[in-house]
Amino acid sequence: MLVLLGAFAVLPLALPWLVGRIGPRGFYVAALVPIAAFVHAAVMGPGILAGETPFETFAWIPALGIDLSLRMDTLGWVMALIVTGVGALVMIYCRWYFDGKKDGVGLFCAVLLAFAGAMYGLVLSDDLIVLVMLWEITSVLSYLLIGFYHRRGASRRAALQALMVTTLGGLVMFVGAVMLTVIYGTSSLSTILATGLTLPADQTATLNAAIVLMLVGALSKSAIFPFHFWLPGAMAAPTPVSAYLHAAAMVKAGIYLIARLAPAFALAEPWRPIVISLGIFTMLLGGVQALREADLKRILAFGTVSQLGMLTAVLGYGTRDAALAGLALLLGHALFKSALFLVVGIIDRQLSTRDITELSGVGRQAPTLAVVSIIAVCSMAGVIPTIGFVAKESVLTALLGDASNSGWAWVGLIGIVLGSALTAAYGLRFIWGAFWTKKDSVGAARPVTEWPDPPVGFLASPVLLSALTLAAGLSAPLLDTALAGYADTVPGEHHVHLALWHGIEPALLMSLGSIAVGIAVFWLVQRTGWHRRTLPFTANDAYNAVLRGIARLSVWTTTLTQRGSLPVYVGTIFVVFVAAEGTALLATPDWQVQLEGWQTPMQLVVAPIMILAGLVAVRARKRYTGVVLVSVTGMGMVLLFATSGAPDLALTQILVETVTLVAFALVLRRIPSRMGEHNASVLPVARAVLAIAVGATMSLVAIVATGARIAEPISDRFPQLAYEVGHGMNVVNVALVDLRGWDTMGELSVLILAATGVASLVFVTHRADVLSSSTPALPTGVTRYLRPLIETEAGPRPRAAAPGSTRQTWLLGGQRVRPENRSIMLEVIVRILFHTIIVCSIYLLFAGHNLPGGGFAGGLVAGMALVMRYVAGGRYELGAAAPTDAGRLLGAGMTLAVACAVLPLLFGEAPLTSFFFEADVPVLGHIEFVTSTLFDIGVYLVVIGLVLDVLRSLGAEVDRQLQESRDRGVSVS
Amino acid sequence: MNVSLVLIIVMGALFAAGVFAMLERSLTRVLIGFLLLGNAANLFLLIVMGKPGLAPFFGVASDPEDMSDPLPQALTLTAIVITFAVSAFLLALIYRSWQLGQADTVEDDEADIAVRERGAVDEDTMDDESTAEDDEATTDFVGTETAPITVLHHRDVDALRDDAPIDMPGDRPTGRSPDTGRGDDA
Repeated sequence: MLVLLGAFAVLPLALPWLVGRIGPRGFYVAALVPIAAFVHAAVMGPGILAGETPFETFAWIPALGIDLSLRMDTLGWVMALIVTGVGALVMIYCRWYFDGKKDGVGLFCAVLLAFAGAMYGLVLSDDLIVLVMLWEITSVLSYLLIGFYHRRGASRRAALQALMVTTLGGLVMFVGAVMLTVIYGTSSLSTILATGLTLPADQTATLNAAIVLMLVGALSKSAIFPFHFWLPGAMAAPTPVSAYLHAAAMVKAGIYLIARLAPAFALAEPWRPIVISLGIFTMLLGGVQALREADLKRILAFGTVSQLGMLTAVLGYGTRDAALAGLALLLGHALFKSALFLVVGIIDRQLSTRDITELSGVGRQAPTLAVVSIIAVCSMAGVIPTIGFVAKESVLTALLGDASNSGWAWVGLIGIVLGSALTAAYGLRFIWGAFWTKKDSVGAARPVTEWPDPPVGFLASPVLLSALTLAAGLSAPLLDTALAGYADTVPGEHHVHLALWHGIEPALLMSLGSIAVGIAVFWLVQRTGWHRRTLPFTANDAYNAVLRGIARLSVWTTTLTQRGSLPVYVGTIFVVFVAAEGTALLATPDWQVQLEGWQTPMQLVVAPIMILAGLVAVRARKRYTGVVLVSVTGMGMVLLFATSGAPDLALTQILVETVTLVAFALVLRRIPSRMGEHNASVLPVARAVLAIAVGATMSLVAIVATGARIAEPISDRFPQLAYEVGHGMNVVNVALVDLRGWDTMGELSVLILAATGVASLVFVTHRADVLSSSTPALPTGVTRYLRPLIETEAGPRPRAAAPGSTRQTWLLGGQRVRPENRSIMLEVIVRILFHTIIVCSIYLLFAGHNLPGGGFAGGLVAGMALVMRYVAGGRYELGAAAPTDAGRLLGAGMTLAVACAVLPLLFGEAPLTSFFFEADVPVLGHIEFVTSTLFDIGVYLVVIGLVLDVLRSLGAEVDRQLQESRDRGVSVS
Repeated sequence: MNVSLVLIIVMGALFAAGVFAMLERSLTRVLIGFLLLGNAANLFLLIVMGKPGLAPFFGVASDPEDMSDPLPQALTLTAIVITFAVSAFLLALIYRSWQLGQADTVEDDEADIAVRERGAVDEDTMDDESTAEDDEATTDFVGTETAPITVLHHRDVDALRDDAPIDMPGDRPTGRSPDTGRGDDA
């Protein structure tokens, strides 16, 4: 069985290709798998009748106790025969139905076969969780099958509706399945059912809840009221799909589950009220609806809804006799309903319509089809000698037999008799509608629809199914033995036998009576032309209203939370922060406050300046004012760092403040100095309150958090570690490049992202390296003769080459700055200082391991040198100073850092492990080298790259854009 | 651990000022607020460093207590550089925003406003789709060219040449066009 299930899973993968090669004949290949499964089940038949239960298992997820186990007891066997047998016939039928069609047929074929496999597994699975999984797979695959005509809106909507309803049910059922698994401590269905209701009393309520949840899944799948509406909608599927999914397979999954659970749970409190009342109501509802329809397929669809209601009520009733009758009914329904659907498919294929008002006189031209249909309808209405008759007789007998025990039997009995009358009526309507010669309003016969004879192969499947309907009825005693294996699992007295003739008894009279009433109803409907609705709305409208309600709710929620306003979002974050932190602070009142007024005199000096600068900065009307005041607070930080034993921080902060100010200046030169004129500040009071709350909360957090420290800080061991592991004296630097190297790695990524972001915002479309290529090339020989350069018309040239000019070249790009912007003083200073600063930065980089400095400080200093070149010589000078793309620097730095992280892995060490080398070199003396220095070089390169990117984007590129608009004659503000 | 009240007050003030500015619509003010917030956060790290001591170099103090805590310093160093990177990004945003709209203010998101103001008209348009005409089709073969299959079909037996017009797709013996296959009584 597991092998077959595997075949069902694998072959669909090849089918789209195969059908693409050999066309619809590929359906024959697809049919091989269900045929094999059918033959396998048939061969197992004698053993199963003798009481064996084949069982195969494969431990799938042992940790959760979920097994892929298949168990073929009588119920599973019957279901497997139906699913594979009808599946094979439908596939053979598809070969003709899709004849000459190309689009999507291969995919359709694959999905259909996969669906058959899922059904096969579903009816045999002994693991509840696997069953639910297969259940969901059938839902998803049926979505694809129903939506086969995906170009049609109706088809798409119907598919989505079926999916929504069945997966909603499946989800509810999943909860139920999990509850059952927890209650019984196993997911094995047979074990659960064997234990049944014999549970401790305190678990009854949970069990009942679980049972109701399982029933919701079953009822939604089987289109029982209030979920019945999706099935008629699903008639938008190709007819073979309707024949298989909506007669034999998918809708039977719910019935199967009810039949599976009924032996154990039928006596549970909520079971019968739900199953019988909803089943009977659905039966009547579907029957009435079917009388109103004019589309043959929809007549059958509502008929199916009606029959499913009946099956639910009978199989869910939970006595031995009802179970036997119900299983016979299930078999009968699968045979006759798929036969009828296939007949409709043939009519549709040949005539391109299924409307009974358009068809006329088809029966005389297509006698085979008519006979097939009449036999099937007889079985549906319960006319001797079909299986439908046998089943209905025994249903009525079974319910009559239990009528003295339960009131529900009477409900079922009356409902089924009434429902059977309706069944007979719509059965007649189907036959009349499809095959009779109709009369128009004045009574004259309507023109006969011309009928092209279909090939025998197309007819084979419905003929066979209909023949089986007859054969099964005639071999009723055989069937009785076969199905008894399931019926005997249900407790109850043993009255009923399946037989063609029981003699004149009450059930027979009731059956005949219902058929007679049915004929009368049909006649009445034909006479009056009744098709009014009783209710002003349909279940479909209710479904749409619910969907619309959900959509409205989501729009409402979205508008409530997504205000689209930055201040609201930022404000929300701060409000949540204050609320959460405030609550946490107030919840722990035992604060250990250890405060002192100040620690160094510098704090007293700096504090008022920083506070004042901060407060004034936010009220500033001009951008420069604000920016400079912010810098004041930054400089305050420098002083605090410097006096708190943090030289590295002071160094880095002062460099960053400078670069930030430069970057600000670069941008602010393009935008007006005054701000907030068009968009005045809103709600200043509310903002102030929130701001003060945040400030107060943070202050409290600082006080409480520092007072709450009880453990020894981890950093007490840092100096020792830094020296022994990192081979460096500067603890902060070693922490950055070695002890906490991952932090730095993350930071480098942020820097690269930010730099790239800056470049993309300014360059927008490209990031061509135009700067370095536009730098004039120096004539060769310059370096050889070492003559000073002078400015000529052609650019900087050695002095001897152009004696006419006397002005010396200090910076390569200086000449290209507009004369009024040039400052010879600046050029000279930069010319003298640049290399010194670069050497300085390299010194900081390498000294950083033992002295203040490091990659960050070094990189920023180098960046400052670039800033100087740019400020003095403009963008061409920048191109000359850094003849490379900033992206390359960033990439090289990051590559180096990542290499430092990854390479130790090759030696079996943890990432970022550093190695130490020392040697005595003759001239240089004792040399020590730690590999984490390489990491620091990576940091150095990334920081230079960041500064360079800012300069190139906000500086050089903005210059270029300015120049461009100036050249175009546009006035620039 | 003893902490300095003065520093806490400065930190609180900077946080308050930063938040106040960040809640503005002007991007420049947001940037100012962001920088103030960054400084305040660094100050917070400085405060939890505890009592300032000697600079954290190996060998300057025998007792770790005499040395400033190096861990918050490492964190702060990272934070300083990241603050610079992010403010550079914000500056680029300001420049771009000015370039495009001659303003550095962040307006409310248009799509969000559109969702809020989505009226009954839009909902009707959405519903129109659900009452499309093909709902009532009474055939699988709406708009597809499918000829009836007949007993002998040249596609079944290759040798057979069936020239009867009924086999040609689109040429229907009943004279139906795909459109008349639709129900008109429902």
